[in-house]
Amino acid sequence: MNQRLSQLWQRDATKTVLASLVSILIGMAVGGVIIFIVGMTNPSLGPASVWEGIRLAFLGLFSTGRDAAGGLTFGFNPVNMGDMLFRATPLILTGLSVAVAFKTGLFNIGAPGQYLMGTAVTLMLALGIPSETVPTALIWVIAFLGGTLAGALWGCIPGLVKAFLNINEVLACIMTNWIAANLVTWMFDGSDFRNLVENTKSGYIYKTSYNGVETAKLGLDQIFPNSQVNGGIVVAIVIAILVWVLMSKTTLGYQLKACGANRHAARYAGIADKRNIVLSMAIAGGLSGAGAALYYLSGNTEFFWSTYQTLPAIGFNGIPVALLAASNPIGVVFTGCFMSMLDIVGQQITNLTAYNEYIADIIIAVIVYLSAFSLVIKMLFSWRRKRRAEEENANAEEPGDGEEGSGGPAAAPLPADAPAEDGGAGAPPEDRPGDAPGAEETGKGGERA
Amino acid sequence: MTFLIQQTLLYAIPLMIVALAGVFAERSGIINLALEGIMIFGAFIGVLFVHMVQKAGVFDAAKAANDWVALQGFEIMAMLAAAFMGAVFSLLLSFASVNLKADQTIGGTALNLLAPALVLFFIRIIANQNTLQMATGDAASWFMVKKSMFGYGRNDEMGFLGSTFIDKTYLATYICILVFVVLSILLYKTRFGLRLRSCGENPQAADSLGINVYVMRYAGTTISGALAGMGGFVYALTTANCASTGDVAGFGFLALAVMIFGNWKPLNIAGAAILFGLFKCIAASYASIDINGDGVFLLAQIGISPHFYRMLPYIITLVVLAFTSKKSRAPKAEGIPYDKGQR
Repeated sequence: MNQRLSQLWQRDATKTVLASLVSILIGMAVGGVIIFIVGMTNPSLGPASVWEGIRLAFLGLFSTGRDAAGGLTFGFNPVNMGDMLFRATPLILTGLSVAVAFKTGLFNIGAPGQYLMGTAVTLMLALGIPSETVPTALIWVIAFLGGTLAGALWGCIPGLVKAFLNINEVLACIMTNWIAANLVTWMFDGSDFRNLVENTKSGYIYKTSYNGVETAKLGLDQIFPNSQVNGGIVVAIVIAILVWVLMSKTTLGYQLKACGANRHAARYAGIADKRNIVLSMAIAGGLSGAGAALYYLSGNTEFFWSTYQTLPAIGFNGIPVALLAASNPIGVVFTGCFMSMLDIVGQQITNLTAYNEYIADIIIAVIVYLSAFSLVIKMLFSWRRKRRAEEENANAEEPGDGEEGSGGPAAAPLPADAPAEDGGAGAPPEDRPGDAPGAEETGKGGERA
Repeated sequence: MTFLIQQTLLYAIPLMIVALAGVFAERSGIINLALEGIMIFGAFIGVLFVHMVQKAGVFDAAKAANDWVALQGFEIMAMLAAAFMGAVFSLLLSFASVNLKADQTIGGTALNLLAPALVLFFIRIIANQNTLQMATGDAASWFMVKKSMFGYGRNDEMGFLGSTFIDKTYLATYICILVFVVLSILLYKTRFGLRLRSCGENPQAADSLGINVYVMRYAGTTISGALAGMGGFVYALTTANCASTGDVAGFGFLALAVMIFGNWKPLNIAGAAILFGLFKCIAASYASIDINGDGVFLLAQIGISPHFYRMLPYIITLVVLAFTSKKSRAPKAEGIPYDKGQR
């Protein structure tokens, strides 16, 4: 048992998951600390509100509002759960978009633009095709594919300029984001898609249900009554699995990853590197577009069309989703749900306390910050093994080497140079689970020396 | 023409100073993608400083007495506050990328996410809305330089130069130009500047000559943070009426483009910033630009959609980058964490 645990511990995937969990915990702790500081320094808030804010920050998903006495109540909340799945749908897809690009060595910060283009084309198709003559299910499929294609084409642009003109894709993505924001506003400005039926809604596009097009619920509304959940989440999960198959099980996926690892080596090996860069950005863009399509085809979402000054946050939040999942397509499903949970948490905090939903954004940002050096966190986990290996080496070399030889084992708590420098304040190695018995013996040996 | 030049300067100066911020970071070897975030944060700090000091009533007497020297001092203090906190904020980036050898692109993105979240969180708590404004009055009445300050009457003419570069301008603009010049000289003509640049080109060689690469990279990023924070506040002061909304409309990224277009060299950057400032100015006020003063608003009358004008700065950026990217020469070691063991 110990042996198996130890093996599990040493797998890289385990460390990745643990590093992500540590990032999440620290992120939420920082959120808690900010609530604490703000609450304590602000006379109108006070300790009671701090406690409420912190409880909501961690358990907001299970919040069921306040009881008659004014205290917070917690329990299974089907509306929150369903909404979480609903909001996770586009996040999973933009997360996949960023993740695919990451796997191929590109940083797709253009997801917001691709998402916007997907939104525009989806809405135009879903509202523009007359539902009197075309079955709504067919319109749904056309609109979904159209949105995906629009996102893919928009994603091609940074890919093309990266591949052929060697422009940094981050910069190209950012420019295409803003061009998309202006273009979409331009496309809808003065169009018939604006909601002119309901009062004060002319800033919004019609819901697709206006044309009778909406995503099937697939019975999920029975499980989570009153929530916005629909079949889109199932589509998103299926797409995630498809992406996983594409990236891990096909030649194309291998070629894409090879280009990401070393573009020049890949070209040397006969892989068309330029084609693959464009292709991977197109796939990434298509995924973002699909996310937008699923979100707006749900039939109960409205698009604010005059968006030339803002980019959709869902696009940017694909970045933390992908980072937290370490670009693993299956992991993205879970981290997407986690991010949308934070969204729900923020909403609960706004509704129930004097704090506001931006605390969730702060938590997300801290998590991204930490995932920038998740390698370091992973390295902290690897200490134990490294140290053990070193001790074994030292012992094998010369058991009784006198002063000089014992320098190695004696310095064991601070093993190799780099980790000691990077995170000397790490947890003491004794806390590590999964100690193999052999390791303990050598550990003692080290202490004796 | 006067209007066009003034408006262009309003956009060009923050772009220029923030692009220089990018130069300092990248020349020391750190990709500072967080310029946007630091600008947002600096804008917030500056506006918050103005807001708090106004609430405390420190400059009320000066305002009442029209003591514009004191008010300009107030403006400079707010700029310093923004610069200082921008530098502090950028420490997050240097810590991650120098000490922890993290991925600088992701670290910068994190700061870009963190800044608006933090800023909006606090603005919502302080002001109970999504915008933090000055406590009293507006930016023009408090901080703008006017011809009356120099003894000119309401109907007196200042001449072309006077009315373009003195009347209705902000002192902040000229401070930024001064800082830009001083820091460019620092980067090119001093020992410190040479050492900083060497760390972005070949840190191993620099280290072998006894230069502390970590310190230099910290210095570069910190100067970068200070400049970006100040630029953010100047942007908020001059174009957004001294209000902070947790957004600078992609200016930080535009500054990155200016930096790349300017080939990481201050003089080219100044030129690039003016070009982009011009397009940004056209996008913002195409309807009121009267180029030759004959009362014809040409840009509004040729019938091109305003959406096109708004898109223009970004399209131009892409096109310009497409033409210049082959020639562009980024600092060789930028984005690569310095590892002492790697020689």
